[in-house]
This record gives sequence, structure tokens and C-alpha cells, in this order.
Amino acid sequence: MSPRDLLRVGAVGLRARPSRALLSALGIAIGIATMVAVIGISASSRADLIRQLDSLGTGLLTVTPGQTVRGEQASLPRTAVAMAGQIGPVRGAAATAQLEARIYRSDLIPPERTGGVSVQAATQRLLDTLQGTGAWFSPATSRYPTVVLGAVAAQRLGARGGDQVWVGERWFTVLGVLDPLPLAPEIDRSALVGWPAAAEHLGFDGHPTTVYVRADPESVTDVAAVLPRTVNPEHPEETTVARPSDALAARAAAAGALTNLLLGLGGVALLVGGVGIANTMVVSVLERRREIGLRRALGATRTDIRLQFLTESLLLSALGGLAGLALGALVTTGYALGHGFPPTLDAWAPAGAVAATLLVGVTAGIYPAARAARLSPTVALSAP
Amino acid sequence: MSGTVHPDPAPPPRPRRLPALGDGPVAELAGVTKTYPGGVEALRGVDLRIEADEAVAVVGPSGSGKSTLLHLLGTLDLPSSGTVRIAGHDVARLPDRRLAALRATTIGFVFQHFHLTPGTSALDNVADGLLYAKTPPDERRRRAALALERVGLAHRLGHRPHQLSGGEQQRVAVARAVVGEPALLLADEPTGNLDSASGAEVLRVLSAVAATLVIITHDADLAAVLPRRVRMRDGRIVEEETS
Ligand SMILES: Nc1ncnc2c1ncn2[C@@H]1O[C@H](COP(=O)(O)OP(=O)(O)O)[C@@H](O)[C@H]1O
Ligand SMILES: [Mg+2]
Repeated sequence: MSPRDLLRVGAVGLRARPSRALLSALGIAIGIATMVAVIGISASSRADLIRQLDSLGTGLLTVTPGQTVRGEQASLPRTAVAMAGQIGPVRGAAATAQLEARIYRSDLIPPERTGGVSVQAATQRLLDTLQGTGAWFSPATSRYPTVVLGAVAAQRLGARGGDQVWVGERWFTVLGVLDPLPLAPEIDRSALVGWPAAAEHLGFDGHPTTVYVRADPESVTDVAAVLPRTVNPEHPEETTVARPSDALAARAAAAGALTNLLLGLGGVALLVGGVGIANTMVVSVLERRREIGLRRALGATRTDIRLQFLTESLLLSALGGLAGLALGALVTTGYALGHGFPPTLDAWAPAGAVAATLLVGVTAGIYPAARAARLSPTVALSAP
Repeated sequence: MSGTVHPDPAPPPRPRRLPALGDGPVAELAGVTKTYPGGVEALRGVDLRIEADEAVAVVGPSGSGKSTLLHLLGTLDLPSSGTVRIAGHDVARLPDRRLAALRATTIGFVFQHFHLTPGTSALDNVADGLLYAKTPPDERRRRAALALERVGLAHRLGHRPHQLSGGEQQRVAVARAVVGEPALLLADEPTGNLDSASGAEVLRVLSAVAATLVIITHDADLAAVLPRRVRMRDGRIVEEETS
């Protein structure tokens, strides 16, 4: 039989009982829709993280003091920033230093209500090095009692540019607020004081607690390797080098973790859908014994009959598969747009859905089709 | 519903056609028995030879083995012993594919229940008679229209089965059986579900369009119209008449 004829006879059963066909295709549709949506949503959120990574860059490194061999908190030398700046592929280096001082919205707030904002000294080039935007010190204002607030810190304090805040033992003027820094969330939660001002007004000793280094992305690993020796030549083992973008990359990689469980659920739905189709097909074969007998009398071979019912089973699951694919793509798009992700569905997902559908259709159809092919043709002649 | 039928006394002459293969008999049964799995001996040694262009009525009481005989003639079932030859082929030696090809090209069936596909036009129902004979779709429909014309239904091509009377439905089934010009047309109680007038019309059409015709019937008057009559009882042929 030609493929066209095969499709036509394969659709005979579906046309005769359309509502049954729709119901038995529903299981497949749900299974495929679940799997496609799960894959699509996780791909979209991954795409969003990768997009963030691309825009933030992967060239930023941080150096922090680790512990001394005796288990005490180590510190970085005062020269750390200058030394880091000497490394060839380093485009910028800056530092912050954690200060003892606390910050309050007014001098009347009791000390325990600090609001989770830390006070840090910042070198002039910090904003450049982090490639951040927002308010910043000029070389002049960095000498005066002024602060720049991180995005979160400003929120917690309820302060903005021009306000006065109580830092340590005196009033400081808020210069302005920084935009959020996804790769340095610790800065978001800080109130920054200029390096010279910190020394003058807050008793700062000049030892940085975090050095930020911006390296050429291609040379990041090389720079990271030489940083401990460069920054702290006497005790390179007491420094820790990290790459903040690694955390984002790890989240992108982990975006598939929950996916596997949900994917499994979709697989179960698909399996149940397949059993539903097999069941429908067995019933259909029983009901259509006389049609089968008639076709045999008209000259159909056993293979013709088997192919007819296999085609019917395939059409049923393809119906469900296509509906599921469309539904899954719709859910993916809706979810991604709702979260501001770029809607992403890798080509392998629809291809996999089609393959799964065909596999289920064939598998579900094998047994009913074999039963139909084995039926004796004489049933057509017997009374109904 | 039978017994009062008086179809046209002289059916129109059937078209003369060359038998499918050679000059031998269209069908030949020799020493055929058929025992069903339950142990029922439906045929107990049947010898029967049907020549090309014959028209044979098979009569006999219910359960005498008429339908079983027709199944064997139509290669829908195989004998328990003895040989069945259709167009020269020993059916027991043919694989399913060849048997199916024989049914597709050489044998046509008409059943008591018309077995038309509901919701499908008369034309497409008849065209399905060529579906398994490797005929291209356009050719199938062209020949289906001709076959419907031959059974007097040229004006009913687009009608669906439920829009047709019982007699018309059976004529559609006859058209489907003969659209492939089979050498042998087998009909099992083709008028059993029809009133006498429609039954007579179907019989007239069957005689007109078939090459070689074997009809099972309960209806003695109907059988009397055909030139040859075979009477069965308890799985045996007990009487043969030719007129
Ligand atoms: N598929 C079958 N399985 C078992 N017994 C059958 C089968 N078909 C027919 N028979 C039996 O074989 C005998 C002949 O049946 P059948 O050929 O249908 O006779 P008729 O057509 O003359 O009424 C009957 O006793 C019937 O019950
Ligand atoms: Mg019978």
C-alpha cells in the first residue's frame, strides 16, 4: 500500500470515534507537554544566567586573607593593591577593607540595630575595577567624611544622596548610591568610605581585606595563579583567590538539577499515555473484527492489517505528541517572558519529543496490531 | 420473506469473459473435509468443480456446511484435508501474501450484511474494492464509478450508506465485489436481509455483472433461477441439478 493509502486507512478508526481518539491521545499530550516545558524552562533560566555572565564578564578575581598556619585570621599587606596592579594582564586593581565602625541613620538609634550594613574603606579605583555604575568619590571627596552606599545598604538605611548618617563617632554625608553589583553582592550591603578618609576619621590601619582584580578574560587563570605570590610575597599560602563569576556559572550548570525529577514525572505520564493508547487499540481491534475480515476478503495481507493498526496507533500518539509539544512550548514562552528570561528551547527537545512520541506509538501499537493481523478472515462472513 | 419471490424468469446473459488463468476450472474441490477446532465436522468429503462462467446456487438447511464451503472457495480458510484449487492454484501451498493477492484480483465477495464503511460515499466504498490490488487512487475511483453504473447506481455515487435503501446498499456491495473484475464471485445469502423485490433486483444484478457466480441461498425460488444447483446436507453434497 502507498503511504497515502496507509495514512487513510490508519485514520479510519480515529474518524469513526474522534472523541475516543482525543481522550487516548491526552495522556501522551500531558507527558510531552510536561517534558518540553521542563526542558524549556530550565533552558530559558540557564540562558538568562549565561546572558548575565556575558554582560558581567568573567575577568574579575578577588583576593582575601585566609588563615595563618597557626589558625589565626591572616591579613593582606598594605601594598597588595599596588602589587596586583603590576601583573601584566591586569586591567585594574582595587581594594576594600572591613572597618570596626558602624553606621546608623541617626545618632539616636541603639547600637544593636545596625541593619546589616557594614562599613568599608574603598580605594579610588573600586568602581572602575568592578565595572559598576552609580555615585562615586572624587579624589577630593574621598578625603572627607563622606559615604557612598551600596544598593541594599541604601534601602536598609532608608538614606539617599545628601542625607547625613552617623558613622563611628561623627556625621558623614551620603554622596549617593551605587547600582547593584551582581558579582560583588558584599558591596551592595556596604557603606563605603574613601581610603584616606577612613584612615583620618575612623582609625583605619591601611590593610585591605579584599583585593579586587580585573584581568583579561583569557588570562584569568594565569593571573589567579600568580596573585598569591604577588599580593603577599611573604605568605602566599595565607591568601585565597576566587572568581565571583564561578558562582553564577555554577548556578547555570545546576539549573538542570530539579529538572531531572520533573522530567521523570513527564516520562511517567508518557508511559501511562502509551498504556492508554495500547488499551484503546486493543478495544478497537475487538470492535472492528468484521472490518478486518472484510479487508482480508478484499485482499489485504496480514502485513497490510498490521500496518493499518500500527499507523492508527502512531497517528494517535502523534496527535498527542504534537498537542503536547505546542502546549509545552506555550508554557515555556509564558514562564520565560513572565520572568524576563529569553524563551529558549534547544532543537533537541522537540526532536526528542517527536522521537519519544513515535517510540510510544509503535510500542503501544505492536501488540494490538499483531492481534488484528492474526484474526481469521472468516469473521467478516459470520453474522454480527 | 422468501418463497414468494418471482424474479425475472430469464436473467440477462452474463458477460462472457476469459477465465483468469488458462482453460481449467475456476474452482475445484477434491475430497475436501473441514473439521473446526471444537470437533465439528462441517464438511465431510466434498468434490466440486466450477467452470468459468458458470452460475451455481448452493442450497441446504442451516448448519449443512454452505458457508464453510464458501470460505474455502474464497481462500478465507483452509481445508482440513483434500485439496482446493482456485484458478489452478492449490490454496494450501500459497503463503498469506499470495492468498491475499488471489482474493484481491480473482475473487469477489458479497455478504449477507453489506459491510459498507459508514460515513463514506458509495463511490469510495466501491473504490476500496481495489485498495489492495495496487491500483492507483484515480484509477480506483474511475473504475468504481463504472461499477456503480453497472449495478444501476450511477445516480448515487456521492450517497453515504445510511442514505441508501437496503437493496441499494447491497448493490453497492456487489459493485465493490466486481470492481476488480474477479473471475469468481461468491455471495453468502446476499438477499437474506432484503425484501423480496430488492432481493430479486440484487440477484438480477449479480447475474448480470459476475463472470463465474456461486450464491448460497435459502430461497428455493431464487435458486431455481440459476442454471446449476448444488444441495448440501450434513457436510456433503447430496444432490446436483443443472437446467
Ligand atoms: N468457526 C467455527 N467454529 C466451529 N464451528 C463452526 C464454525 N463455523 C461453523 N461451524 C459449525 O460448522 C457447521 C457448518 O456451519 P456453516 O458452514 O456455517 O453452515 P451453513 O452456512 O450451511 O449454515 C455448523 O455446525 C456450525 O455450527
Ligand atoms: Mg451460513
